[in-house]
Amino acid sequence: MKKLFILFSVIASFSLVGLSSAKACENKNDVPLTSLTSGFDAWKVVTSAMEECGNYTPTLDQEYKDKIVAALDSNPSQYALAGVSASTNVAVLDAGLTRPLDDLIAKHGGALQDNQKVTINGQVMAIAMMTNAQHLFYREDIFNDLGIDVPTTYDEVIKAAKVIQNAGVVDYPLGATFKVGWNLGEEFVNMYLGYADTFFDGNMPAVNNANGYETLKMLKKLTEYMDPEYLNSDSTYVQQQFQQGKIAMANLWASRAGAMDNAEESSVVGLVKFASAPAAKKGGKPASTLWWDGVVIAKNISDEEAEAAFKLAMVGLDPANLGASPEAAPWISNAFDPAPSNIGAVMTAKGGAAPYPASAQMSTLHGVLGNVLPDYLTGAATAKATLEKIEADYITAATEKGLL
Amino acid sequence: MNRKTFLIFTMPSFMMMVFFIAIPLFLVFFQSFHFKQDILEIVEREKCDPFGCKTEILKVPVLDEKGNRTKINIWVGWQNYKNILQFEELNSIIKNNGYSWSAIQSIDFYQALRFTITFTFITLPFVLFFGMCLALCVNNLVNRLKGPVIFITLLPFIITPVIGSLSIKWLFIGDGIVTSLLEYILDKDIAVFAKAWSIELLVLFYRIWHTTPFAFVIFYAALQTVDKDRIEAAFVDGANRFQRLRYIVIPHIMPLIVFVTLIHLMDAYRVYDEIVGFGAEGFLNSLQWMTYDFLRLDDSGSRYIGRASATSMLTMIGIVIILIPVLRRVFREQKEKKN
Repeated sequence: MKKLFILFSVIASFSLVGLSSAKACENKNDVPLTSLTSGFDAWKVVTSAMEECGNYTPTLDQEYKDKIVAALDSNPSQYALAGVSASTNVAVLDAGLTRPLDDLIAKHGGALQDNQKVTINGQVMAIAMMTNAQHLFYREDIFNDLGIDVPTTYDEVIKAAKVIQNAGVVDYPLGATFKVGWNLGEEFVNMYLGYADTFFDGNMPAVNNANGYETLKMLKKLTEYMDPEYLNSDSTYVQQQFQQGKIAMANLWASRAGAMDNAEESSVVGLVKFASAPAAKKGGKPASTLWWDGVVIAKNISDEEAEAAFKLAMVGLDPANLGASPEAAPWISNAFDPAPSNIGAVMTAKGGAAPYPASAQMSTLHGVLGNVLPDYLTGAATAKATLEKIEADYITAATEKGLL
Repeated sequence: MNRKTFLIFTMPSFMMMVFFIAIPLFLVFFQSFHFKQDILEIVEREKCDPFGCKTEILKVPVLDEKGNRTKINIWVGWQNYKNILQFEELNSIIKNNGYSWSAIQSIDFYQALRFTITFTFITLPFVLFFGMCLALCVNNLVNRLKGPVIFITLLPFIITPVIGSLSIKWLFIGDGIVTSLLEYILDKDIAVFAKAWSIELLVLFYRIWHTTPFAFVIFYAALQTVDKDRIEAAFVDGANRFQRLRYIVIPHIMPLIVFVTLIHLMDAYRVYDEIVGFGAEGFLNSLQWMTYDFLRLDDSGSRYIGRASATSMLTMIGIVIILIPVLRRVFREQKEKKN
């Protein structure tokens, strides 16, 4: 009898959830729609609100960028909507796979702010919903116990790491997204932009210089305080290291900040605080890049589908929906105050960190960096050889693509 | 069988070979002499995003009237091969450092070649040896136990390599249970995924673990066909267990040992799953992994088909070269049998 009662209450609670969520969407969606986005929390917030309108199947995939061009390139497109970042937007934009949104915004997009509109020559091609940046996460309790100030430069990060290591309070003082490939490439990009402003001199790469050398040296110094398996360490790995209390500091994505206080996963609720990304040199700008994530609509779908997709996206991006989960990401919205966990991203942007210089050239260089750097970090190659190889490999790759 | 019947019977498989082997192979060969590119133009455009507006000058693909990119295939001769083999670079390294293997390995291809070859030839004897041992052991088991034991032994071979290597990775990475256990026993901090040699050892171990059941099952089947009368005769003549194995069993199943060798060399030379599964690309590089890496899309949505085709061709040439001795042996035996 008792079991039966539990069963009933479970069913009842499910149906209640069903009822309450059915109410959440006022504009039912009649056109079958799909979307391809990345899989981090912010996308869960957006797509789950859209799902409540019905007839909509989201695909949340961490490796979405491997698929997005091919998927939108087919006719009809495999997905009506796609989530892009500052960098993947270049890929779909240059390939002409997304449609201008001006007409749809005029009809249905009244709630959008101007700084959400990503325009090319005046045409809106994407709707940005959030910003993102790698910035400092640190364990406030450990810093207080050991009397360490929040580091503002990487030299201070290393000093703090030394103190933490000597105190032996965590397994490793530092965590970092040094996974071979895109992540490691991004670390170089961040650090390099702390020393310099540009990666290119005209068409040619220009990283084989003092700034490149300093960047490599600093990255290697940091690895001494990390889990020795850092070449396998991606954002999720670092997030879990924090949640399990194994590290005390990391430069991690703002979109991961909310997870620190998720009581279901984290053993350090309330202990992790956020600050601007450290600068590479004293008084310099934060060594980080600013990113945005947003929504595009495929070109290769019918106009009706596009209209329905846009209306649906507006449900997902409704400030009321985003405001209900402010900790999920640094949303772009004036309608509500950012969550405390977004402070790091805000400070990094205010400190003057550079936007990620997205372009086809940059994507090529980024790929090369991710492949060449491991040999330097493991000690198999010297800094000089590494910088030369980065430029040589870039030239080979860019020539094959026709960029030179 | 007359010629016509023969042709009719073999036509379907001949067609399949043309469509699924010859044509793709030719296309890869063809592509390895080309650069596949978008037609690009330089544009100046004003871009606004949440961080402000700026004018940028970029190279972007030209779109046709339907809004699609136009791809062109440019003949470049041996350029893709040159980009991979980097003979000039190799020459200068040898000039400056002599035949220093670690210096030569700064070129991706030679690093990949080094790993691929050692991987292939180190795993082979282990697979043959353990496969043979297992087969002999199981062959001597009580009949009732044979079924279950064969089933359990085959399990590593049934698991898809990527999944298998992933699960082994999780046993070892970070505070995986095996690493934790080793740390507990040895009382020191162990990081298997921090050094090239430890990852390489794990990769070798994984492949041996994964492929041994294949050798085992072939050898076990072969053992069933050994002539029992000859074994008994040898026994009566006073041959011990090792002599019986050495002079009767091994010669009898030799063709199958050659067969397993052949398949294993081909498979191992194409090593790639382990590198993906173990996330070992920071430390190890194999020829097929290079192909895979060239084929992966970067953020701008493009890939390097030319160099990917060239590494494929080089891999194929490598396989043919290492198979030549084995194949020659097979041909010689066939010839002897005919005579």
